[in-house]
Amino acid sequence: MKYIDEFRDKTIVKNLIGQIEKFAGANVNLMEVCGTHTMAIFRSGLKQLLPKNINLISGPGCPVCVTSQIDIDRMLALAGIKNVIITTFGDMLKVPGTKSSLEKERSCGCDVRSVYSPADALDIARQNKNKEVVFLAVGFETTSPAIGSVVSDAKEEKIKNFYIHSCLKLIPPAMEALLQAQEIKLDGFICPGHVSAITGSSSYEFICRDYKIPCCISGFEPVDILETVLMLLKLIVQKKARVEVQYKRAVKPQGNILAQKMLRRIFTETDAQWRGLATIPKSGLKLNKDYLDFDAQEKFNLKVIASEEPKNCLCGEVLRGVKTPSQCKLFVKVCNPENPYGPCMVSSEGTCSAWYKYNR
Amino acid sequence: MHQLLKELVFPLFSNPILDKGDDSAVFDLKGKIAFTTDSFVVKPLFFAGGDIGKLAVCGTINDLAVAGAKPMYLTASCIVEEGFEISLLKKIIQSMAKTAKEAGVKIVGGDLKVVEKNAADKIFINTTGIGIIPGNLNLSSHNARVGDVIILNGFIGEHATAVMSGRQDYKLKTSVKSDCAALNRLISKILQISPNTHLMRDPTRGGIATTLNEIALASDVEIQIEEDKLPIREAVKGFCEILGIDPLYMANEGKVLIFAKEKDGKKILSAMQGHPLGKHSQIIGGVTKKNHPLVLLHTSIGSTRILDMLTGEQLPRIC
Repeated sequence: MKYIDEFRDKTIVKNLIGQIEKFAGANVNLMEVCGTHTMAIFRSGLKQLLPKNINLISGPGCPVCVTSQIDIDRMLALAGIKNVIITTFGDMLKVPGTKSSLEKERSCGCDVRSVYSPADALDIARQNKNKEVVFLAVGFETTSPAIGSVVSDAKEEKIKNFYIHSCLKLIPPAMEALLQAQEIKLDGFICPGHVSAITGSSSYEFICRDYKIPCCISGFEPVDILETVLMLLKLIVQKKARVEVQYKRAVKPQGNILAQKMLRRIFTETDAQWRGLATIPKSGLKLNKDYLDFDAQEKFNLKVIASEEPKNCLCGEVLRGVKTPSQCKLFVKVCNPENPYGPCMVSSEGTCSAWYKYNR
Repeated sequence: MHQLLKELVFPLFSNPILDKGDDSAVFDLKGKIAFTTDSFVVKPLFFAGGDIGKLAVCGTINDLAVAGAKPMYLTASCIVEEGFEISLLKKIIQSMAKTAKEAGVKIVGGDLKVVEKNAADKIFINTTGIGIIPGNLNLSSHNARVGDVIILNGFIGEHATAVMSGRQDYKLKTSVKSDCAALNRLISKILQISPNTHLMRDPTRGGIATTLNEIALASDVEIQIEEDKLPIREAVKGFCEILGIDPLYMANEGKVLIFAKEKDGKKILSAMQGHPLGKHSQIIGGVTKKNHPLVLLHTSIGSTRILDMLTGEQLPRIC
């Protein structure tokens, strides 16, 4: 297939691996902070082809996985409210909260519907005027503008029964939190292609400036990722910490101005809780004061008392890149896709799910 | 109801066994018998390349055929939601009759129940089938042996693509038609050429990845397949790329996976390629190890990875 096959070409892959091998020597830790990268790396078996000194570490790049346990429990509380229809991306359904999951709540009679787009959730609100429709908004900079545009439509149409429960998050603050924690030594970031298509390349500049870590924005095919690794290796050797863009066919330096405007119009930055990373200042998006009528938290005034993460589950450590799934006692035997304990096994972009599927 | 059956169903399915109109179909069968049943629900009922009626007939015929049986007789039972349009029901019954006739199989019994509104989603169909296994054929999921080659009769993922795009959940249009087809004639040809074929399976729900895993478990063997050898149409690839789903896990309704000794592989392949339902047949891999139930995929970029079973359903990626 045109524009795909070229990026999965065996000869080009071999050539790039050959160039990467020239950087043999000290261990190099590169972290990807995008679930789609994690899956692409595992699905194409790239780790196997790379020399042993290149260590690809998965970070907090899966929006479902980084959603905090409290937020999951709030979602479950919302599902239990009479007359409420919960709309969500399918990946959220199986994520275990402290006592239940949306899937279990659905089997007990709660109205939980899986949608592909937030626009479908608004359609459900239009068609069910006598019900309150809540969309569980998870995602990063990529998904947020589309959710913002739906909220904007809802306001324009004066729709009174549509709300979002925002767990939207921003990637650069999470990257900074990882560096500040100093739990692992990172030599470079493989930056997310889709997020960067919205934000542009400048949003990572502070990482390079303040932490002296090079960043390279990557596409999602094997050739893209290998080229990114090569670009990062060159920067590391030259001791140059700057942002480079490998994924030039989608990412412009200024990003998507229209989407950025949408984000600024609808949302405000807020402190957000991340699974594994605790609360990170200004790392989340909440509806700004003009759109509070669409905020599920405001409408339903949710209070969740005690949230507990699953016992012995290492999802938090896995999300920080400190542990690998195989170091978790629950991995495979107790926690697997049929019976997931933590969100990283549930989500199709979760690190544990990738390890289970392709690498166990 | 009586009138509906008399005017619509009986004339279309007509054969001496059914026409007697008794409570049971009565017939003689000699030899080893294969017997199977399946229920069919699909949304939309009509999709590019087929409909629920064709699916219900082909599905059961194929389950009999992959056991090595010559499918003989089917029963068909429909549960219809009150208010379902008679014209659509007629189209579905016509499609069942046509598909059965073309496959040389008789529908010898059935039932039609109407349930109240919302007690069913438009129409559900169950078909049960019986067939005779000729000679000493012995096909089973337990029969994969080290050294076997694995042959696939053509493009994968077409049925799921046609149905998913027909459903319009993702608002994606494609030109892809479902591969829904009765495979009994193709399979009979293969078994004439190679009666020692070890096993056949039709990779329906869960796609070839799931079926290969079931075989690896049942036969306790390691299977290796080549990504480059898998026939996948460009339109299916494009559909999957956009949604972030994998054609290896997508349902097929006219595909068969054949495990046979390597020395028989080539003659089976060339016979298959001479049949309209096997034109694009390929040897996609083989059985490589005993006591190691796992499926490995050699990727097109030269790496190897586990090809796991599908759990739950495939979901489009979030971003």
